[in-house]
Amino acid sequence: MDVQTWTYLLVGITFALYIGIAVWSRAGSTQEFYVAGGGVSPLANGMATAADWMSAASFISMAGLISFMGYDGAVYLMGWTGGYVLLALLLAPYLRKFGKFTVPDFIGDRYYSNLARSVAVVCALFVSFTYVAGQMRGVGVVFSRFLQVDINLGVIIGMAIVFFYAVLGGMKGITYTQVAQYCVLIFAFMVPAIFISIQLTGHVVPQLGFGGTLTGTDTYLLDSLDGLNQELGFAPYTDGSKSTIDVFCITAALMVGTAGLPHVIVRFFTVPRVKDARLSAGYALVFIAILYTTAPAIAAFARTNLLTTVNGTAYSDMPKWFTNWEKTGLLAWVDKNNDGQIQYEKGAAVEGQTPVFAEGTGHAGQRIVTNPSQASANELYVDQDIMVLANPEIAQLPSWVIALVAAGGLAAALSTAAGLLLVISTSIAHDVIKMQLKPDISEAAELWAARAAAAVAVLVAGYFGVNPPDFVAAVVALAFGLAAASFFPAIMMGIFYKRMNKEGAISGMVTGLMMMMFYILKFKFNFLGGGTPADWWLGISPEGFGFVAMLVNFAIALLVCHVTPAPPVQVQEMVESIRYPRGAGQATAH
Amino acid sequence: METKPSLKAYWKQNVKYLFILLSIWFIVSYGCGILFADALNHIKIAGFKLGFWFAQQGSIYIFVILIFVYVYLMNKLDKKFDVDEK
Repeated sequence: MDVQTWTYLLVGITFALYIGIAVWSRAGSTQEFYVAGGGVSPLANGMATAADWMSAASFISMAGLISFMGYDGAVYLMGWTGGYVLLALLLAPYLRKFGKFTVPDFIGDRYYSNLARSVAVVCALFVSFTYVAGQMRGVGVVFSRFLQVDINLGVIIGMAIVFFYAVLGGMKGITYTQVAQYCVLIFAFMVPAIFISIQLTGHVVPQLGFGGTLTGTDTYLLDSLDGLNQELGFAPYTDGSKSTIDVFCITAALMVGTAGLPHVIVRFFTVPRVKDARLSAGYALVFIAILYTTAPAIAAFARTNLLTTVNGTAYSDMPKWFTNWEKTGLLAWVDKNNDGQIQYEKGAAVEGQTPVFAEGTGHAGQRIVTNPSQASANELYVDQDIMVLANPEIAQLPSWVIALVAAGGLAAALSTAAGLLLVISTSIAHDVIKMQLKPDISEAAELWAARAAAAVAVLVAGYFGVNPPDFVAAVVALAFGLAAASFFPAIMMGIFYKRMNKEGAISGMVTGLMMMMFYILKFKFNFLGGGTPADWWLGISPEGFGFVAMLVNFAIALLVCHVTPAPPVQVQEMVESIRYPRGAGQATAH
Repeated sequence: METKPSLKAYWKQNVKYLFILLSIWFIVSYGCGILFADALNHIKIAGFKLGFWFAQQGSIYIFVILIFVYVYLMNKLDKKFDVDEK
């Protein structure tokens, strides 16, 4: 069977599986819709959390990104895993004991204020919409690359699937489809990694091959890569080019942001007991770590393959995968010195972000690029996504493995999209309608409102998938920054500092938000005077600024709370009660 | 509002665990992986420079271990202070 048939087959089977699970696990009550009835086992919740967390970006783009960044890629690896330690130790068990449905629920109750609740709702909606737009686009991209379907049609198919199981099943449907999606995506990620590790280093385990020697030599893979990188004018692979303070701040902002993301936190409301919440954070990190420790190995393997096969090779001698991916525009070659060979080195091959192609082919049969950059002698444009997408072909793996990567990418994108859509619908139906606008709404009406909100959210997400706004990449930093600068300090002080009152928490959140907004607008959108990286405060990039904004949030909150009255006694009693696990079972029966 | 003395001791012990575990969390990731990465890179284990290994592999393994140690410690503590869930 060819790749196309295999892809249709595997994608078809996995989609049928997701729909089957959705029908089997329909939600019958708001409690099932919001938190899957609070009866999910810690292991299943761990898997669901991992699938929820690992998006199309983790699956498709991260390894490629690290491949080009070398050591600096560690900001993503540590940033997106270390947050789970904070989550497990500082937030998840206590929020589970608190036992309601959403993060704004906690903020609103703990700070006895609807204003605080509203600030939290706005943040939750903003963070979730930013994220979900990227996911729907990811679905479309996978469809178009592997099945030659139009991107927009791909987005619509993805919307239909998510619509079906998110609207029907709510959190219950989403949880069990995410378990299935985790299995699909991790299998799809590991199979090519293992094959390539064997080919390059002879190790079955990619994490060991990463530190092993190249097959048939005594040279360590990483030493060889450092050398290759330097020959071509890049920084050594194991050294970074970012400043230490920036690496520190980005890692911290991503960690704290991860711990503050509402779609991750809400997963810990679905397990029966406090101790299950702790345990399932552990399982979640195990399942995430499998991918996150393999990704840097893939990055190094792919970089080695790229540098050794491509540089100095005549275009006409390149293997078939090169021309295959050239067709998709993810690879492009401009023969600047007209020698028919590919020269790859540091510098831009094309002007702007991506190559622009003209009709027809050049002297060696390559696609003609109309925007070559004359600033460097580099002739090769490589999109980071290719490191994962083209891996099976570069390693000459069978067609079913290539199809598997397509199914895995879809699983990663769909599972994250569904989790985010649920946060959006819960925020609207529960935090806005039930808690603020219409407290006497009936259970059945609230469930319908939640379904309607999910349906609208799917349509909005689909719209952004079809017409992606240019600013998606820029605002992802903002999503993490906002979560770090607003939610994390408010929740943490709500648990660990009984004296924290609404005045302190609200002023902290608002200051954190404003600072983050200001920095992003200034340095990412060029508003408010704009600025270049040379103007960054202390050399901290917008991606890392969430950490600074978080510190300011803590400082302001502590300052303000000491000059304003202590919180009411019943709030202090509530804080007391969430610190002790016993009785968490009853809390779900709201 | 009075808190039972035993519960106060429970919370104190919990905070102590958090402090120790988060110190390790900080040392492996921000310490070994970032601040002292250059110094540790002089040490090599198999093909890995040590600082690089902590940044791209080691700290993730240690994060996983930290959570499971926390789970174990807290389950014991819950039982000892009789606040565990039935």
